[in-house]
Amino acid sequence: MTVESDLGTDAAIATSGLSKRYRGGQLAVDGLDLTVPPGAVFGFLGPNGSGKTTTIRMLVGLIAPSAGRVELLGRPIPQAANRVLPRVGALIEGPAHYPYLSGAQNLARYDAADRTADPRTRAARIGTALERVGLANAAQKKAKAYSLGMKQRLGIAAALLQPRDLLVLDEPTNGLDPQGMREIRALIKTLAADGTTVFLSSHLLDEIEQVCTHAAVMSRGRLVIQGTVDQLGAGQRARLAVTTPDAVAAETVLKAAGGTDLRAEGERVHCDAEGLEPDAVCAALVAAGVRVFGFGIERPSLEDAFVALTGEGFDVAE
Amino acid sequence: MSLSSTQKGTATEPGAAAGAADVRTSETADVSISRTTAVSAGQTTDVRVSETSRARFRVRGTFAGNELAVMFRRTRNLALLGALAAIPIALGVAIKLTTRHQGGDGFIGQVSNNGLFLVFSALTVTLPVFLPLAVGVVSGDAISGEAGQGTLRYLLVAPVGRNRLLAVKGGALAVFCLVASVTVAVSAFVTGMILFPLGRVTLLSGESISFGSALLKAVVITVLVAASLLGLAAIGLFVSTLTDTAVAAMAVTVGVTILSGILQSIPQLSAIQPWLFTDQWTSFADLLRDPVYTPNIVHNLLIQGLYVAVFGSAAWARLSTRDVLA
Repeated sequence: MTVESDLGTDAAIATSGLSKRYRGGQLAVDGLDLTVPPGAVFGFLGPNGSGKTTTIRMLVGLIAPSAGRVELLGRPIPQAANRVLPRVGALIEGPAHYPYLSGAQNLARYDAADRTADPRTRAARIGTALERVGLANAAQKKAKAYSLGMKQRLGIAAALLQPRDLLVLDEPTNGLDPQGMREIRALIKTLAADGTTVFLSSHLLDEIEQVCTHAAVMSRGRLVIQGTVDQLGAGQRARLAVTTPDAVAAETVLKAAGGTDLRAEGERVHCDAEGLEPDAVCAALVAAGVRVFGFGIERPSLEDAFVALTGEGFDVAE
Repeated sequence: MSLSSTQKGTATEPGAAAGAADVRTSETADVSISRTTAVSAGQTTDVRVSETSRARFRVRGTFAGNELAVMFRRTRNLALLGALAAIPIALGVAIKLTTRHQGGDGFIGQVSNNGLFLVFSALTVTLPVFLPLAVGVVSGDAISGEAGQGTLRYLLVAPVGRNRLLAVKGGALAVFCLVASVTVAVSAFVTGMILFPLGRVTLLSGESISFGSALLKAVVITVLVAASLLGLAAIGLFVSTLTDTAVAAMAVTVGVTILSGILQSIPQLSAIQPWLFTDQWTSFADLLRDPVYTPNIVHNLLIQGLYVAVFGSAAWARLSTRDVLA
């Protein structure tokens, strides 16, 4: 990174005003200003059709932006793609393989395509990559005989053929069984611990919460918010919830204790936890003869934040 | 020890696993990292590394080498070449079985007197349909096949470089054209040698030349036939940059050959016929004259060069600016 970045940042990924309008006239990505700090595990969230994959395609130079700029590791894309991309491992919109080649042969082909890859260390690097994703025993099997999860692992292995500065992983745990998901998440954490920046798109919110340090949320082609995962959750306030058959009485007590934004849903009464002393509130409830079946402070999940931000669930955006 | 020998599966006698690991070390000199510890065998990880790195596939240095290896390892392409090799055999057997009807026109009539003529006959028979079919399939698949199965995006982010990808694909297609015509020629030569007598060859212009000189002419003719296919290969490469559906690109490429043949047969279109890539495909026969009649051969090579330049550029213009969505 001897050349000063034009966008004036040391970010692993930086975009400014990035937009893509497809030939049909549909604006898939609209004025995206994304900054992924180096060393971050960056979760990229959004409902289906919100422009995540289009953004990723522009990041790695597969499609040209209609407007705006992309910088990867401080270099402009697509101009410097051939110099930057060897330092980037990518899994884009699912894995893709030559069905008539074995797993190892598939990796050998991708590695041969990279001019900077040393052919003398190829066999060793392929062996290591297959081992990291748990495919060592299926290396000589034809890719067409692979299960969906094995194909996904092979795709991740391709991204790990070389030591990378940046990994762009689009839905990396897709098609994996729970054990496989856990393995891949552990792998991502290991890679991040080694200093690799990971850009991870996922629709699994708990995955983002488990793995990521930072996150951004897209909706209808626009970036709704980006920041650390804690910051994203901070928009949502914790709530104090009581489960009781005496809902009306409980409401009265909570109101008296100073609870705001009071809501009752059947046997569940909850309010904003801000400024309330849980132990005092609980004692007051019992003192008022409310039968308390359940009581607690509920921390907002990323999912709550997500729904609040996008105003939609995971329905396909219009 | 028993674990390692079962995992390695073949060629390893129980108790000799450590030694076998050493042998593999020398086979795959690239893999030296955990090799020294592999001697102590039994550890699952070591066994796995030696398993995956075993050179059941040749790890090629360059992308061009890899492209050729993949091209000629693929069952479909081998089947195409096998079909091409079968045609001269069928032709030779048919001629052998019907030698009572002596003579006949052109090369085929001479095969029963001289097996070498089976080479010329087979190339004449395969050039209008079977060779273009094979080249159409492989060239139409070149980029569209990668796009259709999604591997194009992974090659591009590897990064292969779009220009380099096109150059390697084009070069591999040229090699395929040569291999296809050589396959026909060699199969015809072997069949002719087995079924028919060999000897001096009488040229179209009446002179008689030695078998050796005739064989040399056969080699040059094979190369000329391969060169005749280059224009079509360039068209196929261009079409394959336009779509993600390989079958469509193959069909268009083969269709273009048929169309060109039809245009060739319409007398009113004589003005455009010299510009068709099929126009001088039969010019290779002029090599069997003494002196060699060169104008049509040169014309053919110029047309092929022109098609390669035009459609190669078009393919480059398309691929270098294309949004890869597949």
